Amino acid sequence: MIVIGVVSIGGMAMERVHAPEATASLRDLSPDVPLLDVEGATKFFGPVKALVNGSITMFAGEAHALLGENGAGKSTLVKILAGVHQADGGHVRINGEPVHFSNPIAAREAGISVIYQEPTLFPDLTIAENIFMGRHPLRSGKRIDRAEMMRRADEVFARLGVPLSPGRLARGLSVADQQIVEIAKAISFNAKIIIMDEPTAALTDVEVQRLFDVVKTLRGEGAGVMFISHRLEEVFEMCQRVTIMRDGAFVRTAPIEEITIDDVIFSMVGRDIVSLYGEHQRSPGAEVLAVEHLTREGVFTDVSFRVRAGEIVALAGLVGAGRTEVARGIFGIDKVDAGSVSVGGVKLKGGSPLQAMSAGMGFVPEDRRQQGLVMEMSIDSNAALASITSLSRFGIIRKSSERKLASEWAARLQLKFGRFANPVMTLSGGNQQKVVLAKWLARKPRLLIIDEPTRGIDIGTKSEVHRLLGELVEQGIAVLMISSEMPEVLGVADRILVLHEGRLVAEFARDEADEASIMRAAAGQMKGEAR
Amino acid sequence: MSVIDQPLTTAPAGTSLITKILRFRELAILVAIALVFGLTYLKNPSFASGASVQQMLAGPSIIIMLAVGETLVIVTRNVDLSVGSVLGLSAYLTGDLFVHNPHLPVILALLAGMLAGLTCGVVNGVIVAYARVPALVVTLGMLYIIRGVDAIVVNGVQIQPSQIPQSFVNLGAGAFLGIPYLFLIALAMVALVGYVMRTFRPARDLYAIGSNPEAAVLAGVRVQRRIFGAFAISGALAGLGGALWLAEFATVASTAGLGYEFVVIAAVVVGGVAIFGGSGTVLGAALGALLLNTIDQALVAARVSSFWNQAVAGMLLLVAIAFDRYVAVRAEKILRVQGARRDNA
Repeated sequence: MIVIGVVSIGGMAMERVHAPEATASLRDLSPDVPLLDVEGATKFFGPVKALVNGSITMFAGEAHALLGENGAGKSTLVKILAGVHQADGGHVRINGEPVHFSNPIAAREAGISVIYQEPTLFPDLTIAENIFMGRHPLRSGKRIDRAEMMRRADEVFARLGVPLSPGRLARGLSVADQQIVEIAKAISFNAKIIIMDEPTAALTDVEVQRLFDVVKTLRGEGAGVMFISHRLEEVFEMCQRVTIMRDGAFVRTAPIEEITIDDVIFSMVGRDIVSLYGEHQRSPGAEVLAVEHLTREGVFTDVSFRVRAGEIVALAGLVGAGRTEVARGIFGIDKVDAGSVSVGGVKLKGGSPLQAMSAGMGFVPEDRRQQGLVMEMSIDSNAALASITSLSRFGIIRKSSERKLASEWAARLQLKFGRFANPVMTLSGGNQQKVVLAKWLARKPRLLIIDEPTRGIDIGTKSEVHRLLGELVEQGIAVLMISSEMPEVLGVADRILVLHEGRLVAEFARDEADEASIMRAAAGQMKGEAR
Repeated sequence: MSVIDQPLTTAPAGTSLITKILRFRELAILVAIALVFGLTYLKNPSFASGASVQQMLAGPSIIIMLAVGETLVIVTRNVDLSVGSVLGLSAYLTGDLFVHNPHLPVILALLAGMLAGLTCGVVNGVIVAYARVPALVVTLGMLYIIRGVDAIVVNGVQIQPSQIPQSFVNLGAGAFLGIPYLFLIALAMVALVGYVMRTFRPARDLYAIGSNPEAAVLAGVRVQRRIFGAFAISGALAGLGGALWLAEFATVASTAGLGYEFVVIAAVVVGGVAIFGGSGTVLGAALGALLLNTIDQALVAARVSSFWNQAVAGMLLLVAIAFDRYVAVRAEKILRVQGARRDNA
């Protein structure tokens, strides 16, 4: 049995597959010499084989999805193409010519441009200079020609149809605009092969649509776009072919019309996911969290709800509805102007995460790189970070207890890693998220607030995280989850609260919730119906 | 997309905002200098005498020179704590050169000072950029090592004014149209390096490195080479500063330039160079040095106990950093609200 979430995605995708445009452009593809041809690329990091058989063939004018679970070797393959890593074996050909990149500049000069999941801009420099860093247009005497630089930047944005202002500093740009700048950079190189690693992870629907338009423009100009995403519905909407990898090796390449989402998932995980979200019937216990009339001026207003032990409550809403802000208010990161938060009947003073933690709250933030983990620190130290007090004697941390805690949780969460002493940044996104979870679970919290638990995580790990959340509530923990993914909200939560412009506008029990009514509430169409 | 139809040739609002903030920063320092000058003049009119003004320009010239080099380093998110020691050693070596070659041309003496500084800078640069040891540690070590070498070389034998040719002393004491030569040299350096920092690719790399080191690598910036270069130039300018120190004071003990690194860093930060790299100008740093020195002299003229000097300089430093944070937060807010679209901008 396949549950509702996947079916609805699949249905959506099937409609889009038959859109005339996708098939038409596939016919234009040159059949003979591929733009990019990777064959049997391998890469080892010490004893760890990151890539066993990296293979992909891409033609000009094609949007080609590269799919796989975390750790399937996609990122490694991309980094080889970007010149960041050097392959230990195999061939890379561009237009039939064998190439080998010893550094990022070489890859760039060969016409490959990579847009990373997290845009890499210089916040202190202008957009124009971000685009042309290291390649500023020059006039006589090797002097930078600023006017020409601005003009060319304008030109690129005009081609993209996005009127960004090139003289502005990059600081403060939205992630979507940062990606546009990255794409502009790629175009200004005349890149023929543009690789986008999870470009839509942080984008709103409108921004995603704009990105699709940009990709269409690029394809029209004869570029090949490699698209890595965990959002399969987008893949089916935008790409003409997919290549699937698993465990560092090529599995299959197929035209999008000849494959379904279920096939893709099957190929990715190598097993049939019968159920992404299992059936469950929970009987919640005592009230753990009581939020009363919580208000932070201009951000959220009069938010009241309860979470009981042994249930998962989802906070749904559109981006900007104030979901994360409410969570931060509850945990005491931001000061609230009115209202109260009680844990187990005891009122918190507010404005103190430390107090929230000692009352038994845990907080897994949305942005694990910035807020959830210390990227340079080792896996075990990160996992032990929130439990330092109980692991220390006379204020000195005992490394052995840290290690013990980490190995216990690594086993329970099925963490994939090299050594505990490795920095967390060496892990894949899903495994990083597991370390954040371990960090909080080690404190044995009564209430776990978790913001976007599976953002940027592949399907296999996703269901693991969901299974884990299920186990937690069975053990009597209360979970407050914020999620933008409707299948996740519908599949995981026992109750769903919907925020619209900082106010709680609806509440649904699991069995009365469906995608349409949640979306309506989130859009402000049904004020106060369920409350 | 409909946005295509919109004109793309409107004035780039972002540019004006940023330049406004930057200009504002440099302007603010100028206003502060004028203010300090004006207030002190009211209390003690002799503060505006020709000699006093000359002193106000000549006094900070060497610090300005060092601040220019330090700016290059700090912009790359590093720091050079060894500049004071480098100055001391270069000053002595240049003096020693005169002791053995009394007829050495002025220009060669300056070049010799620079060369001595450059050597120290190269050592710093190699260790920081290629051995990847944090600059704070490396240059702190070099601060003591060079000072130690200086003490050994000097060996209790100071350079005496009689050993320095008059032509060289004139360089330190003389003036052109009332403007001290020292200040003119510093000014020329600020203008030259300031222009270079705006105009040439390798200089822009420095900003890229300081703004986002990882992105700099991905953009193909030769990070190691550039950081090495910044340290080498900082060393060379400190060396030139040492030669000018000799010209100004005509006597060098092993304590020359002791503690200068902190004055220099204070000047750079007061001048609006972000201590974590990525932004700031040479001109700002120079103005910062000028401001700190003007306050110093104003306190003397106003007969405030000299004990206050350092306290005031320290306070100013904190104010500058607080102001930086404030501007950064404000600017970020404005930029975020304003959005990047021309139609909003």
